[in-house]
Amino acid sequence: MSGLEDLYREIILDHYRSPRNRGELPVPPAIRTEGLNPLCGDEIVVYLELDDPSKGDDATITDLRIGGQGCSISQSSASMMSAAVKGHTVGAARHLTKAFKSMMSIHEGELGGDGSESEADDDGVVAPGELPLGDLDALKGVVKFPVRIKCATLGWNTLLQGFDDAGG
Amino acid sequence: MSEALDVDAIRADFPILAETVHDHRLVFLDSAASSQRPRAVLDAEEHYVTTSHANVHRAAYTLAERATLAMESARRRIARFVGATDPDEIVFTKNATESLNLVARSWGTANLGPGDAVVLSIAEHHANIVPWLQLAESIGIELRWIPLGDDGRLDLSGIDELLDGAALLSITAMSNVLGTIPPVAELAERAHAAGALVCVDACQSVPHSVTDVTAIGADFLAFSGHKMCGPTGVGVLWARRDLLEAMPPFLGGGGMILDVRTDGFTPAAVPHQFEAGTPPISEIVGLAAAVDYLESVGLERIHAHEAELTAYALRTLPDRFGDDLRLFGPTDTEHRGGLISFAFADIHPHDLSQVLDQHGVCVRPGHHCAKPLMRVLGVGATARASWYLYNDTDDIDALADALDDARRFFAI
Repeated sequence: MSGLEDLYREIILDHYRSPRNRGELPVPPAIRTEGLNPLCGDEIVVYLELDDPSKGDDATITDLRIGGQGCSISQSSASMMSAAVKGHTVGAARHLTKAFKSMMSIHEGELGGDGSESEADDDGVVAPGELPLGDLDALKGVVKFPVRIKCATLGWNTLLQGFDDAGG
Repeated sequence: MSEALDVDAIRADFPILAETVHDHRLVFLDSAASSQRPRAVLDAEEHYVTTSHANVHRAAYTLAERATLAMESARRRIARFVGATDPDEIVFTKNATESLNLVARSWGTANLGPGDAVVLSIAEHHANIVPWLQLAESIGIELRWIPLGDDGRLDLSGIDELLDGAALLSITAMSNVLGTIPPVAELAERAHAAGALVCVDACQSVPHSVTDVTAIGADFLAFSGHKMCGPTGVGVLWARRDLLEAMPPFLGGGGMILDVRTDGFTPAAVPHQFEAGTPPISEIVGLAAAVDYLESVGLERIHAHEAELTAYALRTLPDRFGDDLRLFGPTDTEHRGGLISFAFADIHPHDLSQVLDQHGVCVRPGHHCAKPLMRVLGVGATARASWYLYNDTDDIDALADALDDARRFFAI
């Protein structure tokens, strides 16, 4: 099952079994945003706390918690995302989101995903900015399984929605 | 007892079953979502397309006549297949979803007002929920829900109160998640006694057992071609002629009119009034071929065969997997169709389905378009294996072997 091992790397299963930043935050001050995959019913709830939402992209993510339920890909991706962006600025997190989604985007576009905003180079790849992809690189095997890309990007789309909600 | 099916011979009728997936033979256990098609259906469509195709009910030339005859012959055969005596009670739609929307939009809008009640079961597919929710939003109808009992069957203890004063009971003839077969004929009798009409979502029952709209006591009955060995893109609404004749048109356009003026139009007679635009003619021809095919095998035998597979699965899988396997729905074969929904070893259904696919085993993960039911079950998703005339116990054994491997792979 070589193909499967590309999808289910050990680090992914580790995040699935022991999700980071799992839980809730009191609302307010936190913002609660729910993301749903209508195809499969997976859900990610992002609780987001910023030091000062009025600072826009310069605001710092002081705390972040992940709730919801779903498959190993959606839950591990959200767990890795939470670990990667917590303590960093909204701008840095947005850039990492773009880098991650570009890693996934080749097929997401074909599946009718947004893939709209892009700072991609000619090859469609967004380089990570101040935040490295790190463990998230383990998720790149997902692109070989196009129907699972929506699982991997669910948490990230929910995070972006959370930034919009916070700025609202 | 009817003669057992020769599954090997049946499998040979289905070209796709010769496919391999990841070097494994195809073990197709998702017929509840969409079934596979026998060569006879493909041949019928090809024959129609290569000898007879033209638009129907439009022209006087020979081809147009052949096309019209092919479509109307299909209507007669499909009517007979569900026990309808009048072919004009068969309306061709895109699928059962469109059929149910037709009932809600046409009959519902003309006959329901604020506060009028429609009774549904909590086990309905979204196709038999959302059209009614839309009417709740637009005209303020009330929705009442038959709850689920502890045994995976509908809890009918309060049915008379639910039906009291209701305008319609709209209910599945078999849950696509649980396999539960509600006593539709008995419910229809009670609904009629309470003055309500009865709409049956027969998507999961028409392909698998003998259907008789009169014996069921249905006023409307909806089903899809692609779940009964037929093509996608064609579905059926059967409805009592007097109801159809009193209903306003659904979609407007060509084919559904008698006359059009600048200040109005006169609709055509039923069923054409509900068939705006060029219908999916070759798919209709294919569906009639599917009906012929199913009749040649015999619906009683198909039903008995599936019941045996269900009994086999309900016996062997819990034996082999114990507490790792959680079955949703009735645990015995009584009034239960050919599918099982399950959770397995804390492996999410999507991940499970992905591993099973490596063994060529196709099962459906997800909410199965029945989110209200999933909420009652307390899960976001289940895995579902469903069988049909071309499956046998080897397929269920293959599922079991693949489940074993999934348990090893995730080693939770």
